[in-house]
Amino acid sequence: MNKNVLIMLCSLVALAGVSGSAIAAGDAALEHANVNIRDTAAAQRGARLFVNYCMSCHSASYMRYNRLAEDLGLGEDLVKEHLMFADAKIGDTMEVAMRPADGEAWLGKAPPDLSLTARARGTDWLYTYFLSFYRDEAGSWNNVVLPNASMPHVLWQLQGIQEPVIVEHDGQPTVERLELAQPGMQSPEDYEETVRDLVTFLEYLGEPAELKRRNVGIWVLLFLVVFALTSYALKAEYWRDVH
Amino acid sequence: MAKPASNLAKSGNAFLNWVDQRLPVTAFWEATMTGYYAPRNFNFWYYMGVLSLVVLVIQILTGIFLTMHYKPSAAEAFASVEYIMRDVEWGWLIRYMHTTGASFFFIVVYLHMFRSFLYGSHRAPRELVWIFGMLIYLALMAEAFMGYVLPWGQMSYWGAQVIINLFGAIPSIGEPLTEWIRGDYFISDATLNRFFALHVIALPLAILGLVLLHLVALRENGSNNPDGIEIKANKDENGIPKDGIPFHPYYTIKDTFGISMFLMVFAFVIFFWPEAGGLFLEHDNFVPADPLVTPTHIKPVWYFTPYYAILKAVPDKLMGVILMFAAVGILFFLPWLDRSPVKSIRYKGLWYKVMLALFAIAFVRLGMLGMSEGTPAQTIEMRVWTFVYFAFFVLLYFLSPRASTKPLPERLTH
Repeated sequence: MNKNVLIMLCSLVALAGVSGSAIAAGDAALEHANVNIRDTAAAQRGARLFVNYCMSCHSASYMRYNRLAEDLGLGEDLVKEHLMFADAKIGDTMEVAMRPADGEAWLGKAPPDLSLTARARGTDWLYTYFLSFYRDEAGSWNNVVLPNASMPHVLWQLQGIQEPVIVEHDGQPTVERLELAQPGMQSPEDYEETVRDLVTFLEYLGEPAELKRRNVGIWVLLFLVVFALTSYALKAEYWRDVH
Repeated sequence: MAKPASNLAKSGNAFLNWVDQRLPVTAFWEATMTGYYAPRNFNFWYYMGVLSLVVLVIQILTGIFLTMHYKPSAAEAFASVEYIMRDVEWGWLIRYMHTTGASFFFIVVYLHMFRSFLYGSHRAPRELVWIFGMLIYLALMAEAFMGYVLPWGQMSYWGAQVIINLFGAIPSIGEPLTEWIRGDYFISDATLNRFFALHVIALPLAILGLVLLHLVALRENGSNNPDGIEIKANKDENGIPKDGIPFHPYYTIKDTFGISMFLMVFAFVIFFWPEAGGLFLEHDNFVPADPLVTPTHIKPVWYFTPYYAILKAVPDKLMGVILMFAAVGILFFLPWLDRSPVKSIRYKGLWYKVMLALFAIAFVRLGMLGMSEGTPAQTIEMRVWTFVYFAFFVLLYFLSPRASTKPLPERLTH
């Protein structure tokens, strides 16, 4: 009997493991983002990067400015002053000025809404993506993680320009690694921190309730521990005469 | 003429007495709870029934609140789910309870069914309990499938596409049948709308009715137990089974403890692991449904993947569909396939332990392979485990009446 329980439990654990490893699909090995959702300062810096660099083209149309102000401890005045376009209202969602039709005409495909990108792709993917832009032979921007997409490297002034080291693999030219050909305004270490800030914000953007969820969860589990102990004591008392 | 007052009402509750004259509340309570004697040796596996009921209640209650904010329209469905996650007060909690509840429903139901394989709970005279249980399982699969379409993400859309197209494999009526199910030539607003109707009212009603029948049929003969012997064969002078204890308070209290342990695991997932690594909430479903972009890897949610693997194991589509439905259908016949003179695994001998272990491994392994990309090596493995899955039932039918058994005890063991 116990053996059967063991088999079932082991299988469930294995099941979880398999699905976990299946997600990290894609050709490039992903780096660890090491995002800490409790690091509000990082999320604040990321919000600023997001508004300055991403929101020219990408919306976050499920996210409201006033929620941002509250969750990231910024206050509505600060958000109005630094993070909002002139005509937006504090209760609005983070819409982009560019119309989807224009995006399609200019970039070939309307830039996707970024509200849930962190949940669809994962933070490791995003982190690696922002580190993997390079200038290809044609002189245009490309990315190892998402090859041949139309997205330019909007953070290039911070990172600098990377160029690929190409190696033949089974007769196919493959990008083996990227080298910094022209330094940017930030050192590579500082740029990694910048990307981590941005990814922290994107993680928050994917699920604004995450922090509250974790905080509430601790109290719920504590209550259930007390409840379980009490009900076990009660059960033991009632069952004393059975065996 | 007034009916005689029951024991409870005699204790001086005039109101209860008044009600009992008009509605048999006390009689019902005594027949199903205090006067219902259950075997005293229930173990871990016997929590799963009450836990299924707990999850059912959770699903209905959270579902009511989700329905207040969800919009069953292809244009608005995805956004309305995000509205629930972000703008509705505690909406994220309600939704995570519902999504986690869906997966936990299948976890407890699969364990509940496995209990039957262990102790022969489906054997005479409880065949109808098993049949009603299987019908609940079928309704639950339909309920889960349609619920999964509602968020209108990429996996909702393409998963529905793949599963509905399975019906297209049926000769001649296949194509019209899929159109009839979808209400359109492709998955569309019309499909979403009817799935919503079926998910929130038709199937829940069917499930509730079947659960009632499942419980009435169970109470008729009483529960089986880990020894697989009838406690009613040994009664004391008052006609009470010597190995029975009143369901209330003994099992109501014990189940309370079981429920508290279950809720701990349930709450842990809701608050700390709601996506379950992409098992309970799939990553692709955070992308809105797009009929023009096919995801690279379409697969159903984990609780369907064992059957999906059986489908993929067969090269011919129609044969695959037939085998997949047969894998579920054969379970209906379990009470008659097992012809052993004893019910419980405890008295069946090694052959059954080995067979059941292989069957359990086959089911889990098929579930894992059903999620995979389906390389040639994986396809071969799917075929092996599909064979093992069906071989269990065939061998059970032929071996069970012949295999030697251990002697049954007179009374329940611990």
